[in-house]
Amino acid sequence: MTTLILRDLVKEFGTTRVVHGVSLDVTPGEFIVLVGPSGCGKSTTLRMIAGLEEVTAGTIEIGGRVVNDLEPKDRDIAMVFQNYAIYPHLTVRQNIGFGLYTARLPRAEKARRIEEAAAVLGMTAYLERKPAALSGGQRQRVAIGRAMVRDPAVFLFDEPLSNLDAQLRTQMRLEIKKLHARLANTIVYVTHDQVEAMTLADRIVIMKDGRIQQVGSPAEVYHAPANTFVATFIGAPAMNLLAGTAGGGRVRLDIGAEIAVDTTAEGPVRLGIRPEDLRPAAPGAAPLRGRVSVAEPLGPGTLLHVDLGGAEVIATGPGRGAPEPGQEVGLLADPAALHLFDAATGAAIR
Amino acid sequence: MTAPATDAPRAAAEALLRSPGPVRRRVAAGPAVRWLVLFAGGVAMVAPLAYMLSTSLKYPFEVYNLNLIPEEPTLDNYRDVLSDRRFGWWFFNSLLVATLTTVSNLFWDSLVGYTLAKFRFRFRQVVFIAILSTLMIPTEMLVIPWYLMSQQFGWLNTHWGIMFPGLMTAFGVFLMRQFFQTVPDDFLEAARIDGLNEFQIWWRVAMPLVRPALAALAIFVFLGNWTAFIWPLIVTNDQHMYTLPVGLTTFSVEQSVQWELIMTGAAVSVLPTLVVFLVFQRFIIRGVVMAGLKG
Repeated sequence: MTTLILRDLVKEFGTTRVVHGVSLDVTPGEFIVLVGPSGCGKSTTLRMIAGLEEVTAGTIEIGGRVVNDLEPKDRDIAMVFQNYAIYPHLTVRQNIGFGLYTARLPRAEKARRIEEAAAVLGMTAYLERKPAALSGGQRQRVAIGRAMVRDPAVFLFDEPLSNLDAQLRTQMRLEIKKLHARLANTIVYVTHDQVEAMTLADRIVIMKDGRIQQVGSPAEVYHAPANTFVATFIGAPAMNLLAGTAGGGRVRLDIGAEIAVDTTAEGPVRLGIRPEDLRPAAPGAAPLRGRVSVAEPLGPGTLLHVDLGGAEVIATGPGRGAPEPGQEVGLLADPAALHLFDAATGAAIR
Repeated sequence: MTAPATDAPRAAAEALLRSPGPVRRRVAAGPAVRWLVLFAGGVAMVAPLAYMLSTSLKYPFEVYNLNLIPEEPTLDNYRDVLSDRRFGWWFFNSLLVATLTTVSNLFWDSLVGYTLAKFRFRFRQVVFIAILSTLMIPTEMLVIPWYLMSQQFGWLNTHWGIMFPGLMTAFGVFLMRQFFQTVPDDFLEAARIDGLNEFQIWWRVAMPLVRPALAALAIFVFLGNWTAFIWPLIVTNDQHMYTLPVGLTTFSVEQSVQWELIMTGAAVSVLPTLVVFLVFQRFIIRGVVMAGLKG
């Protein structure tokens, strides 16, 4: 059974179309992450699922029924907001219980759910506190607790970690992942942070300009990107793209070098190589040759910005003994890790 | 020989520290002037109040003696005023009118302000400007239509008649709209998902978030109505229905003005306003809106 189905979802604000026919099937218990740059339509899509934005065209099905015309409260969803949206005048207990405000449940059952959610989130000791006396992470937990007590078919998260500092974000990310493993709820999660998307998702939906670019597991979108946008959006640093012409199982790059590629493609292409697949080698023994312009030591490795004479690429050197800026280096790429994209459309050539 | 260029700033700094006076005197004069101005302002504010209290403790023969401390202090004026049954009615009328008008303003001004701030509908801006434009009409212009209306509906000499023009104010709507605009939509949307209807969202979520504004509005409206004079004077001619400011004028007749009684009545009438301010000021001082947002 599918929990959530989006069919040809369209959203227009006046004459501006911001979501262009998004379709997606989400299975029960799945953790789906919508990711993309600002203005890609991911939050609008989430808000349409929540019922906070009207759908211009298309349908949204939750638990087997079309919910386009239902009020948010009748859609069997719960949402965690970017700004937490927990009420400063209420205690943690009241805030978590607010999710049950209209639920026709016995008082004892409401209390049990609140206590249970607080226990799962480690907030039992803070139940009588007001939000002002909580840290950012604790406030976010309260917001999650308020969603949990509703026991919805689908949880919606709208960039819930973007207001936390880097350390807390990593911690909360892990907690959300553990929580999902434990509760096995269906989650649709919006973020612009590709690391969050990669670490949390069962499947990632990458969006750009209101259109889905690719749907797949983190490994799929990373190792087999559908187009140059996905290739450069997922992964940090971004994939290197070099213009060239394919033919006879080789790609002749515009910068002059030639690389063997396992492809039958012919014509203008862009060759993609992830920085970690591009390693420094002796200048004479490698097809690519250039000069290191910047070296960024990261501890386990060193990011090398190499000027190839017309194009700059990022390669990964060792943590110790990496080439220095100004040094001439050769660059070797694993043939199995090369990606080819159509130069005109940007689509991957398989 | 001149000092090397690199030593110049240091030399200048040392010279400044050694310099005997002008700089230091100027620095010291700043706070002194500020204190003086503040003190003068404080005296200007407190003096009328002090004279009001002082006069209320004087016998009639001493009223025109401007000394602040009465030569023969007496509580007779308070006894006279408080034992005058009319004073009780006036006090009750003022309290009733000011309280009900304040409650009404808190409810309606914030309801309309919230609607204008948080709902999108056609002509919203036009409605808002129309409400604001009523601020440009002086009360004196409105008094005659209000009076004719009161006469027609039989509202003369009634509490309703005193209250109705002020039950909702354009200023209150404007103030509340501005505050509601600062309430993030996430709060309201979260409540919508939690199943509250629009009225519940306003009452249970939005209103508690603008408590400082409500407190400020409560103070403005209460004080405004407590001290209102012209309209209550016009709409009432039965002494039972007078409010305090109108009633106090009865102590002043053509031949004599009983200043000591007027000042005593005024001193007693100040008490509720002090209570209102003391109750609500903590809400103004405490900013609660952002506490539930990102920290």
